[in-house]
Amino acid sequence: MTRFTDEILEHLGIDLPSEVSRRKFLKIFGGGIVVTVSANDLLALQEAPVRRRFGRALPDDFNAFLRVGEDGRVACFTGKIEMGQGVVTSLAQMLADELEVSLDSVDMVMGDTDLCPWDMGTFGSMTTRFFGPPLRAAAAEAREVLLELGAEKLDVPRDRLTVNNGVVSDTDDPEHKISYAEIARGQTIARRLDRKAVLESVENFTIVGRPVNRTDAVAKVTGDAKFSGDIRREGMLYASLLRPPAHGATLGEVDASGIEAVDGATMVVDGDLVAVLHATPDGAQRAIEKVEATWETPELDLDEDSIFEHLLKVAPAGETVERGGDLDAGMSVSDAEARHTYLDGYVAHAPIETHTAVAEFVGGRCTIWASTQTPFRLQTEAAEALGLPEDKVRVIPPFVGGGFGGKTANRQAIEAARLAKRTGQPVQIAWSRAEEFFLDTFRPAAVVKIDAGVGEGGRITYWDYTTYFAGSRGAEIFYDIPHHRTVAAPGGWRGGPGTHPFATGAWRAPGNNTNTFARESHIDILAAQAGIDPVEFRLRNLADKKMRRVLETTANHFRWLEAGAPSGRGQGMALGIDAGTYVGLAADVDVDRATGKVRVKRLVCAQDMGLAINPEGATIQMEGCLTMGLGYALTEEVRFSGGEILDTNFDTYEIPRFSWLPEIETVIIEAENDPPQGGGEPAIIVVGAAIANAIFDAVGVRIYRMPMTAERVLAALQRSSV
Amino acid sequence: MAKPIRFSFNGKSTTLEVEEERPFLWVLRTELGLTGTKSGCGEGFCGSCTVLVDGKPERSCQLPMSEVAGKKVVTIEGLATNGKLHPVQAAFVEHDALQCGFCTPGMILSAYGLLLENPKPTRQQILDHMEDNLCRCGAHVRIVKAIETAAAEMRKGVRS
Repeated sequence: MTRFTDEILEHLGIDLPSEVSRRKFLKIFGGGIVVTVSANDLLALQEAPVRRRFGRALPDDFNAFLRVGEDGRVACFTGKIEMGQGVVTSLAQMLADELEVSLDSVDMVMGDTDLCPWDMGTFGSMTTRFFGPPLRAAAAEAREVLLELGAEKLDVPRDRLTVNNGVVSDTDDPEHKISYAEIARGQTIARRLDRKAVLESVENFTIVGRPVNRTDAVAKVTGDAKFSGDIRREGMLYASLLRPPAHGATLGEVDASGIEAVDGATMVVDGDLVAVLHATPDGAQRAIEKVEATWETPELDLDEDSIFEHLLKVAPAGETVERGGDLDAGMSVSDAEARHTYLDGYVAHAPIETHTAVAEFVGGRCTIWASTQTPFRLQTEAAEALGLPEDKVRVIPPFVGGGFGGKTANRQAIEAARLAKRTGQPVQIAWSRAEEFFLDTFRPAAVVKIDAGVGEGGRITYWDYTTYFAGSRGAEIFYDIPHHRTVAAPGGWRGGPGTHPFATGAWRAPGNNTNTFARESHIDILAAQAGIDPVEFRLRNLADKKMRRVLETTANHFRWLEAGAPSGRGQGMALGIDAGTYVGLAADVDVDRATGKVRVKRLVCAQDMGLAINPEGATIQMEGCLTMGLGYALTEEVRFSGGEILDTNFDTYEIPRFSWLPEIETVIIEAENDPPQGGGEPAIIVVGAAIANAIFDAVGVRIYRMPMTAERVLAALQRSSV
Repeated sequence: MAKPIRFSFNGKSTTLEVEEERPFLWVLRTELGLTGTKSGCGEGFCGSCTVLVDGKPERSCQLPMSEVAGKKVVTIEGLATNGKLHPVQAAFVEHDALQCGFCTPGMILSAYGLLLENPKPTRQQILDHMEDNLCRCGAHVRIVKAIETAAAEMRKGVRS
């Protein structure tokens, strides 16, 4: 047995350090044809520091593999997870196309740390663009192996064979044929993809590039799809935890005598965890409400309004991340200048599925089912928390009910694992909505300052950009400006201790929503100063052909009519780049002058994302970005008082609803010969700015702070009429 | 106090001995073992836990067992018949009216409740009816289209 494994691994050039890893690989491998995949150099570079940080040495020479099994089915093993973004479909599509099998013969095995190779996590719109090309190459390699074997078995020269729907046949005699299943039977062939296989050219794609319905749709409309909270284990208990009233509060006395009123409830204390367990979730919830505790809460005089002053005060000296030309020279040729400060508040991820996990110990090994975007990071974190070696922890991510960056943090899973270890019974934790709002890693509040000028011919003369806690994603300037500088605080958006009063983290297109809001608002301000239509002004200042095409496509589909803003019509334009994708958005809004309420009537969005693997999926992601983006633009802001989070549910924290729904038109620009770029985030970055610019066009007032609530718009209208 | 509560559950007469103040959602997900109905907010704001009670959409997290007694309850598991998707489910698949899928069962039951009451809703009536069902992924555009398609399909079904 071991010898057999060694042969496979040697053939693959893989050096797995432990017996467990070897057995694991063999178990997965079974029989058939396996091809391992290395994502490209770019990904390897990005992953290397993360891998070091988490102390993972091996296997680092492949990050996905596929197997053509002896039953002819194709399985793809990847550490990525499905949280609604649709990669369970788009990755399968690529494999099916290259292998020339039907989509329903592909099985996706995702994120299981026992079965899948290490992966840093699912975020950053990276799955398709980095895994797409190597997975396709691996599938092409597998197809070649199958054809070579098929040639032997059919005794026909390789170049006379053709393959269709998993069946290899002789072009001279189509009845002379053999299926992949028959070819793979009894084979134990492993290939490591280390050369560029000949890929199907785009014209030959039968599945990629065509709209395909989601492969997980039926499970999700019948209630069969399993999320972490749907996992049931024998003897499982539900846990509710005691939470502080505010961040930074320390626990004094606990009186749990009240839980006696709830039949079957027990209290468990494990270090800093104070939990109540019960055989039902509602029982645990009722019991935790009966636990009395005293807390010492530190004074902290900060709220959603005073935070910006605080942030500017604690911000470390900025570093110039990019510069060109000479700002003074630019200023000297300016006809008009604009200096403004843009503000953006804390925003919650608020997935409808709260952080949830089930943990179970069997034979000294812990299995965790968790709603996580980072199963392998969770494995490492859990092993550390439990004092176990990593191979004693298995993480299985069932379907994830929305992530948006928030489920890269795995606190709930560690809590469940610790309680399972403590009690010896399987434990489920599903955070309440109030816990989700309290423990979320919010998108950080941020400040952007821009100083820029415009001169002859409506050309931008200089651009001096400083960002505080919005990070550098989206801070780069793609306009053609001779004199420019971008300054960002070191440490990115998180900042050091004492910066934010609670945890912050990555939120769909981290930083880019804030940076794009500031940049594109400022561009419109310059356009207005120059007396030039916003689209025309952008064209005058754009040399980048790809971005010009995005702008022109957006404007054409919107039927943009040139007019200097404010025209009274309420149309706004914004451009941006995220995850390699270029995106443009035009918005049409109504502003109620009496209330300040903004109603977005129409959104037209065009993006250049290279080859769109699944145009249907990419369109859905664009629609999702635009709809979700209405929230951060118009209403979403976490309200707090010191360390206390005042929003605890959707009654006060308003996310987009059906009544908000604008008419949405999306355009994916044909660029099928360019490599695929990100799709899950780009279209969200332009929503705030397009709406801000449309508000200005409608009523002539400029809103410098998001969200652009009715109250803030009304205040701006009142100021402007004085 | 636990006492026997009888109701029609997905077409079958069912009796459960549970405390009558317990929310139906949790009895459904634990005692009845059906996990298709989701909990999103616990306070009736998000609609993920929507079930039909006597044909009307109700938030099961706010629905004590006592109010289920003697009623007809339908959950997401009770929609498909003999492996064939209900027209509302089929329309959600056809229009890709979902992403993460977590709010989907509640969306489908809310929509079904609307169509039982109003077989030919206008777009505005759909928006109004679905207003308190929240979706974070932003599948709204497609959900509206799916409901329009389902309405047309169900009307056909009635005629035939």
